[in-house]
Amino acid sequence: MNDIAALDASGISKSFGAVRALTDAHLRVAAGEVVALMGANGAGKSTFVKIITGALRPDTGKVMIRGQEAHVGSPAQARRSGLVPVYQEPSLIPDLDVGDNLRLGDTPVAAFQSWTEKLGVPDVRLSDMISDLPLATLRILDLARSLAAEPDVLLLDEMTAALPTDLVERVLKVVRERANAGMGVIYVSHRFTEISELCDRASVLRDGQTVGDLPIEPGVEEKAVELMLGQSLNLSRQRSSEDRKVLGGTPRLSAKDLAAGPKLTDVSFDLYSGEVLGVVALEGQGQDELFDVLSGFQRPTAGQIEVDGSPVNFGHPADAISAGLTIVPGDRSEALLAERSVRENIALPFAAQVRNWGPLRLRKERSRVDYAIDRLQIDTRAKGEVQRLSGGNQQKVTIGRWLAAGVQTLLLFDPTRGIDVRTKRQIYPLARELAENGAAVLFYTSELEEVALACDRAIVIFNGRVVAEIDAADADEQTLMRAAYGLMNAEGTA
Amino acid sequence: MTASLGKHAWVLGLLVLFLVLIGLTKLVQPSFSLAGIESLTRAALPFAFATAGMAVVVIVGGIDLSVASMMAVCAVTAAVLMERMAGVPAILIVLAVGLGMGLINGVLIVLTKVPDIVATLAMLFVWEGTALLILNTPGGATADWVEAGIRGSFLIGWFPKALVVLVVGIALVWVPLRRSKLGLSIYATGSDETAAFRSGVPVGRTKIIAYGICGLYCAMGGLSLAALTGIGEPVPGPYLLASVAAVVLGGVVLGGGKGGLLGPIIAVFILRIIRSILTFLSVDPNVTTIIEGVIMVAVVMLGAALTHRGTRK
Repeated sequence: MNDIAALDASGISKSFGAVRALTDAHLRVAAGEVVALMGANGAGKSTFVKIITGALRPDTGKVMIRGQEAHVGSPAQARRSGLVPVYQEPSLIPDLDVGDNLRLGDTPVAAFQSWTEKLGVPDVRLSDMISDLPLATLRILDLARSLAAEPDVLLLDEMTAALPTDLVERVLKVVRERANAGMGVIYVSHRFTEISELCDRASVLRDGQTVGDLPIEPGVEEKAVELMLGQSLNLSRQRSSEDRKVLGGTPRLSAKDLAAGPKLTDVSFDLYSGEVLGVVALEGQGQDELFDVLSGFQRPTAGQIEVDGSPVNFGHPADAISAGLTIVPGDRSEALLAERSVRENIALPFAAQVRNWGPLRLRKERSRVDYAIDRLQIDTRAKGEVQRLSGGNQQKVTIGRWLAAGVQTLLLFDPTRGIDVRTKRQIYPLARELAENGAAVLFYTSELEEVALACDRAIVIFNGRVVAEIDAADADEQTLMRAAYGLMNAEGTA
Repeated sequence: MTASLGKHAWVLGLLVLFLVLIGLTKLVQPSFSLAGIESLTRAALPFAFATAGMAVVVIVGGIDLSVASMMAVCAVTAAVLMERMAGVPAILIVLAVGLGMGLINGVLIVLTKVPDIVATLAMLFVWEGTALLILNTPGGATADWVEAGIRGSFLIGWFPKALVVLVVGIALVWVPLRRSKLGLSIYATGSDETAAFRSGVPVGRTKIIAYGICGLYCAMGGLSLAALTGIGEPVPGPYLLASVAAVVLGGVVLGGGKGGLLGPIIAVFILRIIRSILTFLSVDPNVTTIIEGVIMVAVVMLGAALTHRGTRK
């Protein structure tokens, strides 16, 4: 390791009023090294990232870049001192075109274009408006812009979350190449597959403290999870086929030959009360449209939805809700009132149902909300405003409201996206508990391992059609992956 | 590409609407002529400058409720100064006063983090009081050449001088700004403040400058107001709501990031000419404002319908 680190942040602490977000965080990245920064929900990871990138000032400690203390007071200053971040959300200006966005950050155009080409989006023109481009392309443009600035240290914060698999591969390859050429990289991620492919080391943060540094080797996943949790945890059991209830009778929800938009062409399935049915698909195979149709946001162009055996037509989300279908959208911001309290957010769906006009029945509301908060172990330190909660706790609120409302059919759309491991493992048993209490749960996931952890069986959608139905006991990641890539015929055999 | 086409389409549409309205005016009032256009332009001048200033702060993502009061301060300052000193330095002082007031608004909003609508509402009263302190009744006098500068036609027989003044005012301040990185920063800040901050834009400074420019345009508006009347009037005119209306009609999105100055300025002329058509038709002035309001809602709804069609996923 070099004597002078590309980045050396030491003794960092930060408090917000009475809440101590960071007590002693440190991170050292040598030139040419890729270090994963990991931490559970509320461990202080995002605060640490903000301090490194200059969006926040630490109370104590300092950030050194290439041996010089970086007085970073703003992203612009961090950039000048050699540290360039790629944030979780796109940081391009929606109402300007690509060229103007480059001009804004003084990015050399030629370098930018050579990077977009290497990263696999060669057909972006400088005159394209940012607001017209798809999210995945924006993430790549963000990265290309950062690489074109030739940083000493590159910080990638969950940047692959919105990317399809082929682009993720390209990103990892390019980042690795740059690291080999001497760039230091901080890789903030929850995805072990990417971390083990890309990183040299993982630095783990827990309760505002850096608690360990792990070399990337086989088995690092469990060690990292243990470090993040501060205790060893028992894995959710693998569900076996003996376990599985024999479900019969009328399906709670039945989709027959549903089609919508260009992507969803023909999907049929039966969902019974008491089960968790997984939905597996690569990005953009029609799953978004499927969930939109089931939750009443979009009308199907063909096919029929049946609830308890009778055909239904949803013209409005309220129709779906009154038929007992409730959705937890992938984008938490679509479901929550960010500036209202945890309590109000949980109470919202049934406040309307308890009484339409006049005063709300507060006592009843309170007891149901308390039950949900308690059941979900929502960290309510920041309960004043939902927007102050971490992503994982926000997601618990979106699920918790339906728990409190006594849900019949729950449509979960990638509920664990961008959430830390600890919260994820609280969400799986929650889905199971809802099912055991008689609810029917449809669970779309972009992480294949979740099928075995949370579902009874899964359907795989490829190109807008169901290509396989797989029992959870057989749902190892390889089988699912093969099916998701359309390498399996409809009978579920290779 | 479609977006930039749409942007230009909006301005072009406004221009066509304006020409149609001129034709309509000629129809309802056959005596309407080039002289009528000259006086229309002259009367529209203070509105146009107020609108230009408002457009800049709306583009940066804010709003300035104190435009009319700042114009009043500038108008009385001009009238008082021109009684005592030469015109040109007086004009420069007035411009500086306007710029200063705008910068104060901006600094107040950025430093105190008081929402712009509250901060500038407060400043509306502050500037109103200031104007009355400078001159508590209409008075003072502007130099004759200042009025001559905006009255009549320029070189060729029909081109209104007021329009020349307006074009120069926009060309000297906004055009170079629009092409500079600062102009880009103004649009970036209005479009997405977080993304702009992360792209290295000094967001606070950009906002302050945008408010400063608004103040500068209010100074131009106040000067033209003083020139039109020949005196300084300390009570603010109806420029606040008129400028917001023209900004919205002109295709600048409240919330920031979209639009330019050309659209809002054409919108000023449209709103003025609608008013004169209704006057020519001897419509009750009270009905006139109702019709103006209905037209605005209709136009903005049309604009929203067009953009929604474009962004529907």
